[in-house]
Parts: sequence; structure tokens; C-alpha cells
Amino acid sequence: MSSPVIELDNVTKVYPLPSGDVTALREISLTIDEGEFVAIMGPSGSGKSTLLNQIGCLDRPTSGNLFLAGKNIREMDDRELTSLRLSSLGYIFQKFNLIPLLTAYENVEYPYIMKHRKNDDTGRVRDLLALVGIDESLSAHKPNELSGGQQQRIAIARALVNDPAILLCDEPTGNLDSQTGAQIMEVLSDLHRKGRTIIMVTHESEIAAYAERTIVIRDGRVA
Amino acid sequence: MIGKDIILALSMRSVRLHFLRSVLAALGIVIGVVAIASIGMMGANMTLSVTEELSDMANKLTVTPYTGGGGGMMMGGGGGRVVVGSGSSSDDDDDVIDDDQFRDIERIVAKYGTAYTVRSESDRIEVGSETGRATIYGLDADIMREILTVEEGEYPKSTTSVVVGPTLAERLGLKIGSKIEIGDPDEGSTTTVRVVGILEERGMSMDLSTDMAIIGSDKLFTGIYGGEGEYDQVNVVVNDLNEIDTVKTAIEDGLNRKEDEVTVQDSSRMMESITSTLSTMTTFVMAIAGISLLVAAVSIFNVMMMSVNERVREIGILRSIGTQRTEILRMFIYEATILGLVGAVIGAVASLIIGYVVVLGMVGTAEYFFAPGSIVYVPMAMAVGAAICIVTGVYPAWRASNLDPIEALRAE
Ligand SMILES: Nc1ncnc2c1ncn2[C@@H]1O[C@H](COP(=O)(O)OP(=O)(O)O)[C@@H](O)[C@H]1O
Ligand SMILES: [Mg+2]
Repeated sequence: MSSPVIELDNVTKVYPLPSGDVTALREISLTIDEGEFVAIMGPSGSGKSTLLNQIGCLDRPTSGNLFLAGKNIREMDDRELTSLRLSSLGYIFQKFNLIPLLTAYENVEYPYIMKHRKNDDTGRVRDLLALVGIDESLSAHKPNELSGGQQQRIAIARALVNDPAILLCDEPTGNLDSQTGAQIMEVLSDLHRKGRTIIMVTHESEIAAYAERTIVIRDGRVA
Repeated sequence: MIGKDIILALSMRSVRLHFLRSVLAALGIVIGVVAIASIGMMGANMTLSVTEELSDMANKLTVTPYTGGGGGMMMGGGGGRVVVGSGSSSDDDDDVIDDDQFRDIERIVAKYGTAYTVRSESDRIEVGSETGRATIYGLDADIMREILTVEEGEYPKSTTSVVVGPTLAERLGLKIGSKIEIGDPDEGSTTTVRVVGILEERGMSMDLSTDMAIIGSDKLFTGIYGGEGEYDQVNVVVNDLNEIDTVKTAIEDGLNRKEDEVTVQDSSRMMESITSTLSTMTTFVMAIAGISLLVAAVSIFNVMMMSVNERVREIGILRSIGTQRTEILRMFIYEATILGLVGAVIGAVASLIIGYVVVLGMVGTAEYFFAPGSIVYVPMAMAVGAAICIVTGVYPAWRASNLDPIEALRAE
């Protein structure tokens, strides 16, 4: 059933700093197939977020190649990478990262408008909000008027609005209490069951247990 | 519903969120626009009203004794001779136009219009206990009725009655019936005249400057200063404006045959010099007002940089979920444009009000306020103000659009 949607070939990431270069990823090679739910685990500072950022096209490897659906992202310019983030990748962050000036509804609609250049008239935004358990009265609120769990639900709805091939989650439950965290994980598991490819960074094994496969990173290397 | 331009909506919300800061930034633009527009309109109104005033005399020529060198006097008939003691006939040689010359002029002008003589003298005057100086004109009684308008009272009928200009009347508190003593008692006899009329304001003019003058009959004038058959100036009124040059040349040819005897002037030179002086002045003052726009630009720049720095994280979020660099650029340019447009529109409304007051106060009339040449400064200043805002916003917007998404997301 599966073909690789993500392929890393000797990916190295070096952050040049005045105090000396920091090598966050060292020659990482791995493949992730369509429909997989993968957890990336490892201690703090091991390079998990850096890895996810390369896959999420927020950054480029210093060396090595990264293929998304068979396409080498090294050959894409900023404009193409940005459209890829808009249409094919959904990002869920630890800090929710909603746009403070927009209401919950507008936050979810934002990527839709960016992609389609029009308001959502299909009811998709409303349906997604319902799917993650945000009712109509809550969707008129600004993010700072909502709880962490509610914000993360909205972030998930936003990540899904353009129906991305891959969902990337960087410690999605990191800022939530365990009960809310479990609810969020239920939403993600549900999405996986419906066929979505999910890559999730976490340092908690209970959270990683929701995934089918776990990749452990230590000191920038696959352990 | 947020409308399909969500980037514009974000800009507007950002402006609204920082309302006070935005208002203060826009205020700079308001002040700049008002300064430039009001000064521009003031200059335009001055030029328009002077041009209008001067065009009243476009059909007039003045003939004055040739004084050598320069092109004769520019304005007024006031400066002919220097008085040394009152009552003395102060004719120093040729600095007058004599009867023969006047008759020559009359003959030359006859088919084109009319000529009349002007005698003038500057002298000490005394009203009650107040003393001062004024120009005393001697004019033919019929000519006086033709060219001067009495606002209050009547034209002089005797050799002891005069009409006075409105500025002089106001300054010395002259009324119908007031007595004026002309001449310096220390240097000879004085002559007392009675005011029978006050003239309408005549403004700047090159044929006669009556606003600050006393005007009496020829007989009164020669009674005081002598100089029968001698005149300080001859004014010519030409019926057809197109013949002004012909008449000018004819007089010059007729009278300056052997040597230069007279200087003939029309209003064009005076008009040119006044309008060019006004426009130089206006440009200069407008340049100073432009500095206020520069200050406004700095404050807009400051606000835009603040807005970018405050929203680094938000920019990171927008970029990470697929917002193009150009959209971020657009968002901040919009923000600067909103500030600029709001400032420019408020500035335009304020310019109309303040400009009107300034023009009324400085020019004395607002009748040309809505003339195209004047009102054009409002859209012009608006455009300059808004443009400065947008240009100022470019650098902060460029900075914002070039932020690295990951670095921006890491910001607190
Ligand atoms: N933008 C950056 N600039 C410099 N160093 C960075 C940057 N991002 C991460 N690092 C460094 O790279 C290493 C890996 O970081 P990260 O991927 O965030 O780890 P994790 O997510 O596993 O905690 C750390 O040493 C971190 O300090
Ligand atoms: Mg991390």
C-alpha cells in the first residue's frame, strides 16, 4: 500500500554561530511512507525540531538531499517551498502559533483564502472546526480568549484546511495538561486512521505510543 | 467574513490594535499636508489676486521723466522730487515733464486713448496734534472723477478741499470735515485743507498710489509747491489693450528723439517681477513646510519598525503556514499606506479649513480660494504626504518579508 512520501538522504544541518558551528543533524537518512504515523523521540536538544523543520520545508539542509513526494526540495526556491507549505504540509506547533489578530474561524480559513484567493463557501472551515470540537460560538473568539486545548484544536483544523498530504506536529501536547493532551492525541489518531501521514515530535513515550513507528534521535543522529 | 483580501484585513486590524500609536504617526502626515497645502494655497491666492489687480491696469502706461540709468521707477507716482522746505517750487532742472511734452504725448495718444497729468509730492502733514508724511497728488478735477472712486463724501470742489486714501484716513482718524495742515511750520508757511471725501481702497498700482495719499486739485498743488506747467508723471489710458505696445513705442519715438527725455512703462514688467518674487517666496516657504513632512516620515518609519519588531513571531507563523514573502511585504506596505491615506485625508480636510483662514488673513480675500491654481495644492499635498508614507514603509516591510521563518518563530 505504501510508497515513500518523505525521503532523507544524508541530511546534515549546521547552524553557524559566532561561538562556533552547531551541528544539529548529522547525516540522517530515513524514509517515511504514505499513511504512516511516525513519532520522533529523543532528549531535549537532540535535533528533533530541526529534523521536523527540514521535512516541513521551513529550512533547508546544509548538505544531503530531502525528497518530498519524489521532489528534491534543494531544487525549489522560496516561492515554491512556501506554496508547498501552504498546500501540501500541515504544521501543528507546541505553542499553537495561531494568528492573534484573527478569530478562531479566520485562523482556520486563512490558509484556505491564501490558496484559493476567496472565502470558504464550501463549509469546510465550519466542518473542520466541528470535527476538532470547536463550536460556532467559540469560533468567533480570538486565540487569547481561548484555552490551550481549544487553541491546539483550532491549530489542527487550520493544518487540515488545505487537505495536506503530510501533517507535522512538534510536541503538540507539550503545552497541555495530560487529559487535554490525550484528547488532542485522539484527534490525531483519528486522522491517521482516515489515512493521513503524520510525523510527530515528542519526548514523552506515552505520547509516542499513539504512533505506529518511533524514530529515536540522539545528538543529531538516528539512534 | 473577512473578505478575500485577508492581508489587507490584517493590516487594518494591526492599525486598529495600535490605535493611539497609529493616530500619532498619522498626525505627523496631517500636519505636513496642512502646512504644504496652506502655504501653497496662500502663495497661489496672493499671485492670483495680485495678477487680477494688476490686470486692471494692463491698459495703462506711465510716462515719467528720464532719470538715466535704470528703467525708471516701478511703482506709484510718489517719488518725483525731493522737497526742500515747503512752498518752494522744487524743480531741479529736467526731472519733470513740461507742458510741451505733455501736449506731444496727448497728440500721440489721441487716437488710442487719453492722457492726463499727475503732480505729486511727499510732505509733512499734521492732523490735530499728530504729524506724519503723506504723498500729496495734484490732479485735474474732471480726471479725478473719472479715475478715482469716493467711498464716503464727495469730490473736492474748491482749492482747499481734498480727498484722502482709506489707509491714511484710518491711520490718522480722518473723517469728512477733518482738517489737515500740509507743510513744515519750521521751514515756511503751511496750508490747511479740509477732507471732503474718503476714497475706496485702490491697492497696489503703478499709475497712482492713493491709499496713503491726499489728493487735491492742480490749483491746490501748484498753490503750495508751484511748478506751473510742470508735471511729475503723465498717465495714459489706452482703449484697446492690443495697442499698448504701439502707443508705448510711439511715445518713446516721439519724445526721446534727440536724447532720452522720458521713460514709458507698462504694467507687464511690474507684474512679472511681483509674480516671480511671490513664487520664489512660496516655493521657499513650502520647502520649509516640507521639513515637517520629513519629520512625519521619520515617525512613520519608527512606527513601522515597531510594528515589524513586535510582530516578528506573527510573521514567522504566517510564513510557516504558507504565506509568501510578497504577501508579508504587501501587509506592511498596506499598513504604511493606511496611515498615509488617513493622514492625507484628514490633512486635506484640515487644509481646506486652515488654508481658508490663512488665505483670508494673509491675502485679505478668499475669492480665489477655490480657483484651480489654488485648490490644486490640496490633492498635491495629499499625494506627497501619502507617497512619503508609502516610501517610508518600504524598508520596514522589506525587512519583515525577509525574516527567516524559523528565526521569526523562535522570537518571543
Ligand atoms: N535556529 C538555530 N540557530 C542555532 N542553533 C539552533 C537553532 N535551532 C536549533 N539549534 C540548536 O540545534 C540543536 C538542536 O535543536 P532542536 O532541533 O531544537 O532540538 P530539540 O527539538 O530536539 O529539542 C540544539 O543544540 C539547538 O541549540
Ligand atoms: Mg524541539
